[in-house]
Amino acid sequence: MTDLLYTEIENDLRASVREVLEDKAPWTAVLAGTEKDEPYDAGLWKAVAGQLGCAGLPVPEDLGGAGAGWRETAVVMEELGRAVAPVPFLTSSVMATAALLAAGERELLARLAAGERTAVLAVPFGTAPGADPAADPDAPTVSGGALTGEVASVADGLAADVLLVPAGGGLYAVDAADARRTAVTSLDMTRRLADVAFGGAPARLVAQGPDAVRAALVTGAALLASEQLGIAERCLDDTVAYVKTRYQFGRQIGSYQALKHRLADLWTAVTQARAAARYAASCATAGDADLPVAAAVAQAHCSAVAVKAAEECVQMHGGIGFTWEHPAHLYLKRAKADSIALGSPDRHRAALAVLAGLPPA
Amino acid sequence: MSTAPPDAEELGRRVDAFLAEHDPAATEPLEFLRARFDAGLAWVHYPQGHGGLDAPRALQPGVDRRFREAGAPTNQPERNGIGLGMAAPTILAFGTEEQKRRFLRPLWTGEEIWCQLFSEPGAGSDLAALGTRAVRDGDHWIVNGQKVWTSMAHEARYAILVTRTDPDVPKHRGMTYFVCDMTAPGVEVRPLRQITGEAEFNEVFLTDVRIPDEHRLGEIGDGWRVSTTTLMNERVAIGGAAAPREGGMIGVVARLWRDRPELRTAGLHDALLRLWVETEAARLTGERLRQQLAVGKPGPEGSAAKLAFADINQRTSGLELELLGDDGLRYDDWTMRRPSEVDFTRRSPGYRYLRAKGNSIEGGTSEILRNIIAERVLGLPGEIRVDKDVPWKDLPK
Repeated sequence: MTDLLYTEIENDLRASVREVLEDKAPWTAVLAGTEKDEPYDAGLWKAVAGQLGCAGLPVPEDLGGAGAGWRETAVVMEELGRAVAPVPFLTSSVMATAALLAAGERELLARLAAGERTAVLAVPFGTAPGADPAADPDAPTVSGGALTGEVASVADGLAADVLLVPAGGGLYAVDAADARRTAVTSLDMTRRLADVAFGGAPARLVAQGPDAVRAALVTGAALLASEQLGIAERCLDDTVAYVKTRYQFGRQIGSYQALKHRLADLWTAVTQARAAARYAASCATAGDADLPVAAAVAQAHCSAVAVKAAEECVQMHGGIGFTWEHPAHLYLKRAKADSIALGSPDRHRAALAVLAGLPPA
Repeated sequence: MSTAPPDAEELGRRVDAFLAEHDPAATEPLEFLRARFDAGLAWVHYPQGHGGLDAPRALQPGVDRRFREAGAPTNQPERNGIGLGMAAPTILAFGTEEQKRRFLRPLWTGEEIWCQLFSEPGAGSDLAALGTRAVRDGDHWIVNGQKVWTSMAHEARYAILVTRTDPDVPKHRGMTYFVCDMTAPGVEVRPLRQITGEAEFNEVFLTDVRIPDEHRLGEIGDGWRVSTTTLMNERVAIGGAAAPREGGMIGVVARLWRDRPELRTAGLHDALLRLWVETEAARLTGERLRQQLAVGKPGPEGSAAKLAFADINQRTSGLELELLGDDGLRYDDWTMRRPSEVDFTRRSPGYRYLRAKGNSIEGGTSEILRNIIAERVLGLPGEIRVDKDVPWKDLPK
């Protein structure tokens, strides 16, 4: 059985990332950032991707990366989730990177790994693993090296320097300056969507066939579970801390069994989310044949746990939890959006029905 | 005899030497088991002279595997779970040398089955509320009271017993722990028939039972501390071996789903997949817990594992009945039987559904477990205690 624990190196990495996030991205700064026009926090991105070298974690050393793996990358995802950090890590350092690794692309990959450029897979963020967006009849078309068409709801679409577009049975790279990008008002204020349109944009073929896109989607789903774990842990921690300090009817509200039992159940669910997320990250690292099952289990489970944790966080904070001035809403919005991203739990269960040989009625 | 604890290699040599001397095929099983105990290869982490070699506990599975592969007789651990899992570590921790010498060997070989006289009709999860009285009479104690939920009492030679010896002090302080001879006059065992129709457990009535003071474990009034050792070992026993995917109840239902397409409905499909995912997440949690134990960092996840198991097992066994439809209306056998182990796989779906109802009650109710998690893991305030400083005799009963 694959290792589901954290290594000492991973714990050290977690500590450095958390320190940077606490310094540069306290929730007040994250909230303030949502009122700005910038698609992400460029200063924070520079620190996490460039100075800490997190963007290159899964990239081999001979391609300019750190030569670590997806397990270490997943630890970064946990911390970014804990902070609802507004950086294009999932989209660029996980999904686009996985696509380029699968495609055997070198130059752009090295620049992504260095944190100099960002790229996103230009598909609707709700696209589940196993889908073949390039085969979709509504997908953009390629003709004579020029790409035409539209893609809605691309996560971090405005943040990206390069758009990786499934089209014509393959994957094409388009310079973001050659696309028309429209900001979308997004449920998740800390990871914004964009609608993207291409009107004969110059496109470079990166990969033939669906494999690169599949790698991006399944790796993204596997690692999104770690972000969801981080969200759930943070919501649980904050709520436990709060119910110890808030008094009602002369008692700490955390002394009421109605809340204690719910928090115990939530802790139990988070414990299981951690095991599921670690297993998915381990399978991604090892290129294990069980990765599709591991990613679907992790998504079906961790999505629900993160949403539950954020909902309980709002509820147990009472009135303050319902206000703009408390971070709970940032977590709820991220958690709910994440549960739809890369396939809803129901889609992942449907995938499992096939993978586990449990056909529908 | 060497004094340094043996390592895995040394243990392997000792097992080989033992097997060369005691051919498993030609040696009478009891003789074999007694010799294995005397060679210190019973539970290798126990002290020399008491079935062990002071070796690291982690080396036990390897020793067991070597004996298993050699076709050695087993001590039928499934028949003596209380003895091996709870009585033995408590005797080891609190027993006198004489008690260890008298009890540990026949316990390990399976010659003497043990049961546990803890729970009472009036004190379930609140163990320290128990009212079974032990009154000193010279070098004996006279015990009167009633215990319940006692598995294996009808086969047991000995029991670990907690009693009330001082009703005038608060409940945790007035308890004393004994070894009770189940064949002593005044010990009456009655089967306790359960929701499933069978009698896995017993009620035990103790009427003027005489227990010699040399069968006391620990000091007078120290019974709570001794019991805590027993109960901690009960929790260690949970977890067990690594389970494969679809290894438990979910596998039973998944196979039924695959084999009987005519039973399928859309709603049940959704319910099945939800439980499949939860079971897999719980399985991975168990695996993670084992990995933590293996590197010497046990976490509190064991409580989560038991809580989740009870809930998932109950819902999955319920789903099986619904999926079966008309067949789910039939039960295999209401005859009162006396099984020595719980058998989820070979009994009927109706049995599984009913037996699973015990999972959230036995070994600590799910409600008590939630309190434990909330208080000990999350650090939330304890429940309001109205009995803390009140003498036991003044508590409402």
